[in-house]
Amino acid sequence: MSGLWRHRPRWLAGALVLAVAGMAGAATFAPPADSSQQQVLHGEQVYVRCQACHALAQDRVGPHHCGLLGRRAGSVPGFAYSQAMKDSRITWDEKTLDQFLSGPLKTMPGTSMTYDGVPDAKDRADLIAYLRHANESAQCRPSSSAAQR
Amino acid sequence: MSFLQMPHPAAARRAFLGRSSGLVLSGTAIALLAGNDVLAAQQGKGKNDGQQDVQILNTALGAELEAIAAYQLGAESKLLEKPVLDLAVTFQGHHKAHADVLAQTVEKLGGKPAVAKARYDFPVDQLKSQADVLRFAARLEQGAVSAYLGAVPLFGNRDLSKAAASILGDEAMHWAILRNALGEAPVPAAFVS
Repeated sequence: MSGLWRHRPRWLAGALVLAVAGMAGAATFAPPADSSQQQVLHGEQVYVRCQACHALAQDRVGPHHCGLLGRRAGSVPGFAYSQAMKDSRITWDEKTLDQFLSGPLKTMPGTSMTYDGVPDAKDRADLIAYLRHANESAQCRPSSSAAQR
Repeated sequence: MSFLQMPHPAAARRAFLGRSSGLVLSGTAIALLAGNDVLAAQQGKGKNDGQQDVQILNTALGAELEAIAAYQLGAESKLLEKPVLDLAVTFQGHHKAHADVLAQTVEKLGGKPAVAKARYDFPVDQLKSQADVLRFAARLEQGAVSAYLGAVPLFGNRDLSKAAASILGDEAMHWAILRNALGEAPVPAAFVS
């Protein structure tokens, strides 16, 4: 089980209980979630798509995501980026991430992220909100190895 | 059908290995392994010049190699009980078959296949039980489904799209079985994303 899961806020755990229970057909209650919390929760669901290649704290087929917002593209030490990514001169923020995620190969031909993208603007916005939120999780705190890179 | 009501995994694995050892591959895999001339003739007819197809295949190959290593980690963890262990080894065999086909196809297209990393940074400290290992594997398989789904429309060569869709189906079955083993709804929705 991920560290993020273990350290997620109570509201998020409650909402997930509701979601899982809902799939099982059980009736239960969860604390009401405001819109930003719902955005993060939905963003976490969208993030599952990324987990074929990415993790928050570990470099995998793709680089880790702790510290992504504000990081220069292609700058994780030791990670084998495509030349296109290394040459991109992008710094990841809401705008650049949104543009890239809408169609990675269209916005950055030559990238190794050979994925058709996240076509829905709300999905992208929620995913980015989740990444920002996850950056405050235990996995991404300064004591973790990923946060130090 | 319940996970535990399945035919014995060892028998399933023998059946799989029996079929794959003779390289009785699907029509899709055969198409993938077609001669250079066939693949070459089809390159450039689609949305890219073939270099992008090689990159897509290599990214997929990198993920398959990671999955092989992840299942190896699970198999060696001593956390998996016998029926589940057999299933993990069977699924690892599928990933090896995917990786073999992908690597051979990259070579046929003139590319250099990705190779396994010397070391994978898995969250080993979070794997304390069989359920943890199953959940870890399920997350990787779900991600793989999304990755192949995101790759299918990108190939210039439609045979490669078909092959990726074939692998996607296999990954989706892995994901469903792992969810079932965890006591979760094996197929949680009508669509994958």
